Amino acid sequence: MEKRRMFSAALAALMVALPLGGCSKGNGGGGDTIKIGGLAPLTGNVSVYGVATNNGVQMAVADANAKGGVLGKQIQYIYYDEKGDATEAVNAYNKLVQNDEVVGLVGDVTSVPCIAVAQEAVKDGLPMITATGTAAAITAVGDNIFRACFTDPYQGQTMAEYAAKKLGAKTAAVLYDMSDDYSSGVAEAFEKEAPNAGMTIVEKQAFQHNDVDFKSQLQQILSKKPDVLFLPDYYQDVALIAVQAKQMGIDATMMGGDGWDGVLEKIDKSNISAVNGSYFCSQYSAESKDPAVQKFIKAYKAKYKSDPNMFAVLGYDATNILLESIKKAGTTDSAKVVDAMKNIKFTGLTGEITFDKDRNPVKSAVIMSIKDGAYKFVEYYEK
Amino acid sequence: MNFLSQIVNGLGIGSIYALVALGYSMVYGIVQLINFAHGDIIMVGAYVTYLVLVVGGAPLWLAVIASIAFCALAGVLIERLAYQRLLHKGAPRISLLITAIGVSIFLENLFQLLFTSSAKSMPNLFPGSPVSLGGLKISRVTAITLATSITLMILLQLLVNKTKMGKAMRATSEDTGAAKLMGIGTDRVVAFTFAIGSGLAAVGAILYCSAYPLINPYMGNLLGLKAFVAAVLGGIGSIPGAMFGGFLIGIAESLTKAAGGSQITDAVVFGILILILLFRPEGLFGHNVPEKV
Amino acid sequence: MKNRMSTSHDSPEGQGGKADRIQGQTVQWPQWIRNFLLVLLLYAVFEIPIANKDINRYYSGILIMICINIILTVSLNLVSGFLGQLVLGHAGFMSVGAYTAALFSMNSGLPENAAFPLGLLAGGLVAALFGVIIGIPALRLHGDYLAIITLGFGEIIRVLILAMPFTGGARGLTVKTMISRHPDAFFSWSFGLAALTVFTAYTFIHSRHGRAVIAIREDEIAAEASGINTTYYKLITFVFSAFLAGIAGGLYASHVGALTPVKFDFNYSTEILVMVVLGGMASITGSIISASVLTILPELLRDFSAYRMLVYSIILIIVMLFRPSGLMGEREFSMNRFVGFLRTFFSRSRRKPDSSRGDA
Repeated sequence: MEKRRMFSAALAALMVALPLGGCSKGNGGGGDTIKIGGLAPLTGNVSVYGVATNNGVQMAVADANAKGGVLGKQIQYIYYDEKGDATEAVNAYNKLVQNDEVVGLVGDVTSVPCIAVAQEAVKDGLPMITATGTAAAITAVGDNIFRACFTDPYQGQTMAEYAAKKLGAKTAAVLYDMSDDYSSGVAEAFEKEAPNAGMTIVEKQAFQHNDVDFKSQLQQILSKKPDVLFLPDYYQDVALIAVQAKQMGIDATMMGGDGWDGVLEKIDKSNISAVNGSYFCSQYSAESKDPAVQKFIKAYKAKYKSDPNMFAVLGYDATNILLESIKKAGTTDSAKVVDAMKNIKFTGLTGEITFDKDRNPVKSAVIMSIKDGAYKFVEYYEK
Repeated sequence: MNFLSQIVNGLGIGSIYALVALGYSMVYGIVQLINFAHGDIIMVGAYVTYLVLVVGGAPLWLAVIASIAFCALAGVLIERLAYQRLLHKGAPRISLLITAIGVSIFLENLFQLLFTSSAKSMPNLFPGSPVSLGGLKISRVTAITLATSITLMILLQLLVNKTKMGKAMRATSEDTGAAKLMGIGTDRVVAFTFAIGSGLAAVGAILYCSAYPLINPYMGNLLGLKAFVAAVLGGIGSIPGAMFGGFLIGIAESLTKAAGGSQITDAVVFGILILILLFRPEGLFGHNVPEKV
Repeated sequence: MKNRMSTSHDSPEGQGGKADRIQGQTVQWPQWIRNFLLVLLLYAVFEIPIANKDINRYYSGILIMICINIILTVSLNLVSGFLGQLVLGHAGFMSVGAYTAALFSMNSGLPENAAFPLGLLAGGLVAALFGVIIGIPALRLHGDYLAIITLGFGEIIRVLILAMPFTGGARGLTVKTMISRHPDAFFSWSFGLAALTVFTAYTFIHSRHGRAVIAIREDEIAAEASGINTTYYKLITFVFSAFLAGIAGGLYASHVGALTPVKFDFNYSTEILVMVVLGGMASITGSIISASVLTILPELLRDFSAYRMLVYSIILIIVMLFRPSGLMGEREFSMNRFVGFLRTFFSRSRRKPDSSRGDA
């Protein structure tokens, strides 16, 4: 009857309860370190972004500690791998706040886990800044959620304007990943802004995550002969699309968002001509004359044996924004730090940053182009 | 013109599905197992090709041979280690299926650990300008893919119908018990079938990489699934069926995308599967085997 | 011990005869009360510290996730373990329930206290509806084909959710429900629903209907020939399983706070399947144990998370090769046997070896 499975439930849960029963509140906070929490996908499909971001954060913490820390205390950085999954991210967040008692969070990296974590962070009022989450919905969750990168809508609008005003394009086609939040967001913003800038969208095609064959969509686009082909996609998709587009004889100028960063590493030398002459916007440029940027690149390379990408740089800046805010507030009290962050004027590797009323950064986009198989900085552009 | 180009595109990807579908078809015909791991053998083949070609710097023909050999070996090993025990025991089908799923996940995660989930780029395997065929421009890659697939399928048909081993394969698939009684070493036949299927998958992998030069540990997942749909569509156990099914699925995909339905392409493919299974489960070329009690 | 014929209310035949006993088990009402009180005790063991904030949100979150996983595992076990039909698209039903519950709770205009449970119910019902739509064609097939077709439907559901404008598509759906701010209330709901799931599943299996289901698994043709309406039973098991998965999805939605169709893919379905297989296909106890263990283990072994799926797959293969019935096989936990075992264990140490007390 019920008794068996009632008891099976009882027994099983008791087996579970015992280790959990030993849960007390986390070891008393305070003391002589300031604990900062971090979340990133260090394994799984999007680990390449998480690892880079986390590297940047770690470098920022190390640099700050070398300069004496914040408020006279050293910074302890505690981070967890959320495997690109929202459920894991929420668990890890709670662990950071409840068990490890961090006073601020740098994370998450990809948008949907960011939203999930933000929903939790709002319950604690903890200052949270995401280095790389670009979905507009993230900061809308609460007053204590900030971001260091510009949003998807901002990129889409910027590139639409740039195409029309600076490149003189009259028609454009869009090929985006409809199963990806970033790609859909940027595409939508581009489409909305285009008519305002005097450009017509002549073709809009979509593909899905894991698609590798775009010939059907490109065929449709080819027939409409657009001036610009907008690809608000991640670099590995861009790598495939660009090569196929070239093979089919599409000669439109290709443009994209910050997801393009890293595209050259995914195209073999024999195919590299496919992306020459394209433009994309990025959060920073490695060619910046800023000595701080060059110093960072050198240090990163020495430590991690590879060039930093945009994610690492953003991680670095986001961490410093948080640390600066704590410094300015003079305390680790959440409400005061959040206040300080709202009013901060910060200069970092990605430029001068202030926050607007939605806690999104006000900064200019970096327009990059690809010439002769290499990235080239074009200019700073503000919409 | 546009329509014909779409058809040709479809044939291009379709012939890759066909090559992979052959492996599913043959294995299912012999041991009634949907080898979930088959799609991941493609991934294995792709990485081996990458290692030999890009990391080793060796010529293409060497990479091809290495890939086929490695995959064939892997296929046999998987059969020996994971499936054989259950097949001999006459275990329920659900156990076999779950084991196959386990092997698939194992391969995917193993390669993710070895190579990270970051995609690796492959060089242009068949450089050259498009081929012209009666006014229609076909990319060199598609042309080579089509030619290779069709040739291999013809060879396979000959193997199955005209050789002694082929006869053994047909006998084993029809009635394993009787085949054993007739003195056929069914274990060897099964191993051989897995080897051939996996070898074909390796070729499919190379053709795939020539068209889509980015590989990642999960690439075999969806590809394998669609190839399986192709096998079922054509009639599982039938070689011309697998070929036909592959082409049909490829064309269906291509036309769906062209019609602006790229978001539902996968749904369309599965929809085809569902329709076939409901209305003609034996597929286009297969025959219905009633279940005897 | 009094011996009474089983008058369990789960047997539609009422005061039936010997046929109502499963595995020779008889029932007495005091035990019924005892079980209920023990479950209540278990509930209190967790709920009181949660309400007093002695168990923090991290641990309560894990407990809630355990309850969700128990519902998922038991529901899948019903159709894959007891009915023997491998279903590979279970996450699809969960996602339908999750989105429905979330959208309902946020848009119904009702006060949260009503909206949340009604949302869960709505989630379960819509998932059940999908179960009917999918089940009717799919259950005509057998074994491998059924598995593949459920996989296909799972993918189709994912594509549909992506395409619908009101689900937020790839951008995800932010789930703003108040319940997640009250871990004590949330845990109460989760625990209650998990207990209810276990109860109904157990009752179902140990009834005439359950026996029909098991008969279908053992030999469908013989079952049909014996007059069992196999289509009916397959369908209701499938739909019931989908309903439960939908409810689990609704709980999940409020727990995580953000939904994306990408999460509910084949991999997630497989994770649930691993829980079922490990615990024992056709053992509810096993499902509970494996769901609990496999929820906690990844948290404990955070450092090895890179190897988790690899290890799962190896375990899956090894279990299938050497112990396909899983941890508990088809056995359920029995308090009688447990008490008897304890008695024997302690008495053996006191009595002489020639004592003829056998084990219970």
